[in-house]
Amino acid sequence: MGKRVLVTGLSTFWGGRVAQALERDDSIEMIVGLDTHEPKVQLERTEFVRADQNYSILARIVKATQVDTILHTFLVVDSSRMSGSRMHETNVIGTMNLLAAAGAAESSVRHIVVKSSTLVYGSAMQNPVWFREETPRPSPPRTRVERSLIEVEGYLSDFAEDNPHVVVSLLRFSNVLGTDIVTPISRALQLPVVPCILGFDPLVQFTEEDDVIRSLEFVVQHELPGVYNVAGDGRIPWSETAAICGRRLFPLPPYGTAAAAAPLELLGVVDLPPELLSLLRYGRGVDNRRLKRAGFQYRYTTAGAVQNFAEASRLRSTVGDSRPAYKYESDVENFFRHSPAVVRD
Amino acid sequence: MASGNRTTEAAQAGTLVHLPRPAPEPEPLPDPRRSDVDEWGRSEKMRQLARQLYAPLYDNWFRVEWEGLEKIPKEGGALLVANHAAAIPSDAPVIMHGIEEELGRPVYGLADHLFKGMPVIGTMWARAGGVAAHPENAYRLLREQQNLVLVFPEGGKGPGKTYGQRYQLRRFGRGGFVEIAMRAGVPVIPIAVVGAEESMPIVFKVPYVDKMLGLPYVPITANMLLFGPLLGLVAYLPAKFKLRVLDPVHFDVPPDQERYSKSKVMDEAEAIRVDLQEALYEMLRARRSIWFG
Repeated sequence: MGKRVLVTGLSTFWGGRVAQALERDDSIEMIVGLDTHEPKVQLERTEFVRADQNYSILARIVKATQVDTILHTFLVVDSSRMSGSRMHETNVIGTMNLLAAAGAAESSVRHIVVKSSTLVYGSAMQNPVWFREETPRPSPPRTRVERSLIEVEGYLSDFAEDNPHVVVSLLRFSNVLGTDIVTPISRALQLPVVPCILGFDPLVQFTEEDDVIRSLEFVVQHELPGVYNVAGDGRIPWSETAAICGRRLFPLPPYGTAAAAAPLELLGVVDLPPELLSLLRYGRGVDNRRLKRAGFQYRYTTAGAVQNFAEASRLRSTVGDSRPAYKYESDVENFFRHSPAVVRD
Repeated sequence: MASGNRTTEAAQAGTLVHLPRPAPEPEPLPDPRRSDVDEWGRSEKMRQLARQLYAPLYDNWFRVEWEGLEKIPKEGGALLVANHAAAIPSDAPVIMHGIEEELGRPVYGLADHLFKGMPVIGTMWARAGGVAAHPENAYRLLREQQNLVLVFPEGGKGPGKTYGQRYQLRRFGRGGFVEIAMRAGVPVIPIAVVGAEESMPIVFKVPYVDKMLGLPYVPITANMLLFGPLLGLVAYLPAKFKLRVLDPVHFDVPPDQERYSKSKVMDEAEAIRVDLQEALYEMLRARRSIWFG
């Protein structure tokens, strides 16, 4: 009896790619994905169900498909993508619906994996240099995205306590850089001059795209309970990050930084949300040894992730994006999955 | 038969015992670094440059003399504590320079978080080995990495002393430094510093303005009276520096405990303060001149 996995956020960057990775695992019998939009990557055997914003259909799907693992990749951690209230609703209400479905009586769910972010630690002056999973944050959250993530993690820990028969794995990912992902930081590092804050050169930490996918796979396969920080080894100065990408820095004023960054957002140059400005001032470091002790092996350090990103963006700027854009067509996908004309072995 | 036995015995005597091969260490991942800034923000290259620039001040202006440097271990962690003085403290760079030059070991200095929030100065401070004084940071530096860490238990109260209060050690807080050393399983090594008080003595502290600006104190120093307000902030008086390293204090408690007895911590902290105070008095009795020792 293989695993039956439900992936939320199938159309997001991570949901689609994780589903692709899980498809290659033979021990996973069935994968169903949920999202408001269609998947953006090609999938072989993942079923797609379109859901509404709040995932209220999730309970019915869980009951009907009897999934034993839910992989929640739908948490929004990039506050530049949507308004604060919509992000809060997506994160909080979506998670509450998910937990209600998973915790219902007679529910078949035995494992929940959540992709969270190290934003829950914040980047404040009083922070320690390294955050372990149990280190408390010294100052209260100031930005919306941090508050919504902390609320979601609160619900998860309550759920874990109330439902001891369900394994809850919470992964906190640091900022990600890779060949494909686009984040405010990756956009900032691709500008001709990279913004920084005058007088500050904080140490930052990155995870590589592939390590993110592999770590999610690893946790699904090994059913690891608890909280894990996921980040590459080492922290490097922001100036060195820009140097690896072959860019020079341009300074924002240390006082009134948000006001100075606002024109950049209005002109569409780059969006620097407040949590990113804090990161450029104080940096953040998380201790990644717990996942390593559980057996996971990283393939990239922080510096390695930055270099990989720099090489990929150099290639892309030279030859362009080589892969054709994928468009999901539901009739074609249904044909491949359900038509009696297709030979299955 | 007999020859058969002998050959079997010979074979047994000559056989090598096959030890199981240990699992191979995973290959270290490529780490394409371009600078030598470590995880705490310290850069050895910048420290070397700082030491080169500081050497004239150390050798010729302050004419620093050490006593008991051999008590600082060449390997293993230790928490160095010292008395703190001078409106803009001169003792921290002197101690760090001295130990790094003489022992060749890096020293990390724990200081208030507010350094991190200062533009330019904060970054320079971090590159020179400054680390914010958070217990997690101290634990990792001392216990896991076995580094030398310098901390001033008097905190801001030390440099805030006016000239009339010089060399009277302020209270060592709640003894937090002792708890840090206990939890990390490292000894505390007190260092008595004579000379810093006179290098930038505070003649008068301006009231009310310090609270308004959020500073610990706003000093009028003798340097400012002699050299003017701006130059007086950077020009130190050429006091002779003498530093004495006292015996390391080991605590007979196990490391990594959740909590340590508060009364024991405060007793140990007070004992260290008393030892440091006694050493200071002894050194001051032997000192014939502020400027020449």
